[in-house]
Amino acid sequence: MRMSKIFAWMMVVGTFFAGQEALAQNMIQVKGSDSEVNLVQRLAEVFMQKKPGVNIAVTGGGSGTGIAALINKQTDIANSSRTIEAKEEEAAEKAGVHPFRIVIATDAISIITHPSNQVSKLTLEQLGKIFKGEITNWKEVGGKDAKISLYGRQSNSGTFVFFREFVLKGDYSPNMKAMNGNAQIVETVKRDAEGIGYVAVGYVVNESGEVIAGIKIIDVAKDGKSAAYTPAKMENVMSLKYPITRPLNHYTNGKPAGEVLDFLRFEISDEGQKIVRKEGFFPVQKDWMEFNRKQGL
Amino acid sequence: MEKPSEASLAIEETNVGEVWLHKKTDTKDERIVSRKPQMRRLNEILIEKFFFMNGLLAILILLSIFSLLFVKGFPAIRELGWRSFFSSSVWNPTSYSTPRYGILSLITSTLMVTFGALVIAVPLGVACAAFISQVASPRIREILKPAVEILAGIPSVVVGFLGIILVNPLIAKVFGISNGLNALNGSILLAVMSLPTIISLSEDALRAVPKTYKEASLALGANDWQTLIRVLVPSALSGIIASVMLGMGRAIGETMTVLMATGNAPALTFNFLDAIQTMTSTIAIELGEVPYNTTHYYALFVIGFVLFLMTFVVNLVSDIILQKYQQVER
Repeated sequence: MRMSKIFAWMMVVGTFFAGQEALAQNMIQVKGSDSEVNLVQRLAEVFMQKKPGVNIAVTGGGSGTGIAALINKQTDIANSSRTIEAKEEEAAEKAGVHPFRIVIATDAISIITHPSNQVSKLTLEQLGKIFKGEITNWKEVGGKDAKISLYGRQSNSGTFVFFREFVLKGDYSPNMKAMNGNAQIVETVKRDAEGIGYVAVGYVVNESGEVIAGIKIIDVAKDGKSAAYTPAKMENVMSLKYPITRPLNHYTNGKPAGEVLDFLRFEISDEGQKIVRKEGFFPVQKDWMEFNRKQGL
Repeated sequence: MEKPSEASLAIEETNVGEVWLHKKTDTKDERIVSRKPQMRRLNEILIEKFFFMNGLLAILILLSIFSLLFVKGFPAIRELGWRSFFSSSVWNPTSYSTPRYGILSLITSTLMVTFGALVIAVPLGVACAAFISQVASPRIREILKPAVEILAGIPSVVVGFLGIILVNPLIAKVFGISNGLNALNGSILLAVMSLPTIISLSEDALRAVPKTYKEASLALGANDWQTLIRVLVPSALSGIIASVMLGMGRAIGETMTVLMATGNAPALTFNFLDAIQTMTSTIAIELGEVPYNTTHYYALFVIGFVLFLMTFVVNLVSDIILQKYQQVER
């Protein structure tokens, strides 16, 4: 009885010290965008293999959550699939945090539907109207007579904000179902014959440009006059023919140093960019790579 | 729920008047006997004070949560007025153009899933309780009771996940709609989650009905079914109602499950086949990213305050009913 008690205490104390040790090592915290979480996790895994002793923890929660964590000094790197807002920048400066941006990949926000849907291309304007709730039936855009069921993200999502600013330029329909992440949108649209949703391209396309099973990707045209392109092909995205592309960002507090800097350098290196491609996303566009160089990376 | 403290530490007064303290869980009764009367008196006072402090602490925590919610929510009420919260059904604080702070649709959504959950869970729960307490053989009871208790231990995120992959396509198929992420889905899941509360408390209430009632009824020629419906359930009614109210409190406050399964579309609706967004999911979604000390931030606390009032009233009413029922039994 007494021995087992002592043993139990030793276990408790032991795990406590073990925990302390883990904390004492450099644990780099990365937090934010759900669109980026899988990608950065993969990059971190490869980096940790190359550099034993470095620990990187990557968590999601949404771009807004990541930036809020950066401002509250709860994370080393914030993943954000949108740019930091003026309001957030103000709050950061007030808290003594100086957001420093680098671009690690290119994303094409993909519009997905059920494979049985007859509609295969939409213009930006039609998309905006659909998600604003001005177009509510598939037959208005060339489909069958059925109510459109909208899937989007929650307001803490960078994709939610980016899509709203870039495509809608207005408020989302109050009937849009706000899902918890890209994967949830994919899973529900698979099961909804009348559904439409927007997700990061890495969640629906693999390296060789193949669309995952059970999903159809809509081709998008800039306007009624131009042709529609799919985000699944690399050349469409890199040449900006596909209209809804965006840089995926990291934000740190000031220019990073040490292991964080090494990690960022690895991400934008050729090897890192290959992993980006493997995860279904696209390499950093030329202009943004120049931006990174100017930032001193 | 917390077990009463008597379960682990019991104070027994023997006929000699001595106070015995012993742990019930130990196989050997480790009895601490204080021989000196003064010491005993002191011990008694200390123990009494200790329990009193515990009780006080619970009330203190309750009051501080209440005041915290009010203080944090007050700036939003001062800025926008009560009316803008309760007269509009448009909740869109991060709007592209003008932020709106109407919580009517959120309140109706919460009430809808709660009501739906009760409609499903009450008949099932009470029937199950009646079965366990009156019909089941001791062997079946031994299996059923722990099973129901395990049901209470399923994490809400797991229930929510089942809502997405299991209940969602099922509802879509049954009602011929494109998807099943709606109030009905949330109701079904919340019913599953409040069942354990309803079953175990109703069962206790049914079991507390004196045996003589049952015997008298049977002796008068009533069959088992008549005895159950006409005698046992009415006698245990206040206990059953209290269990329903507690289950309701659980359903109102549940967050993760409804967040995952109800679709989160903030439009005002009274159709169970439409997507809804409850008060709890709104807070859970938005509190993570809202900039501190903004109107939006304070407005979320107003939602929390209203929600707290709702659960408080439900719990208070159930407590009053439970109290009455215990008095009757005595």
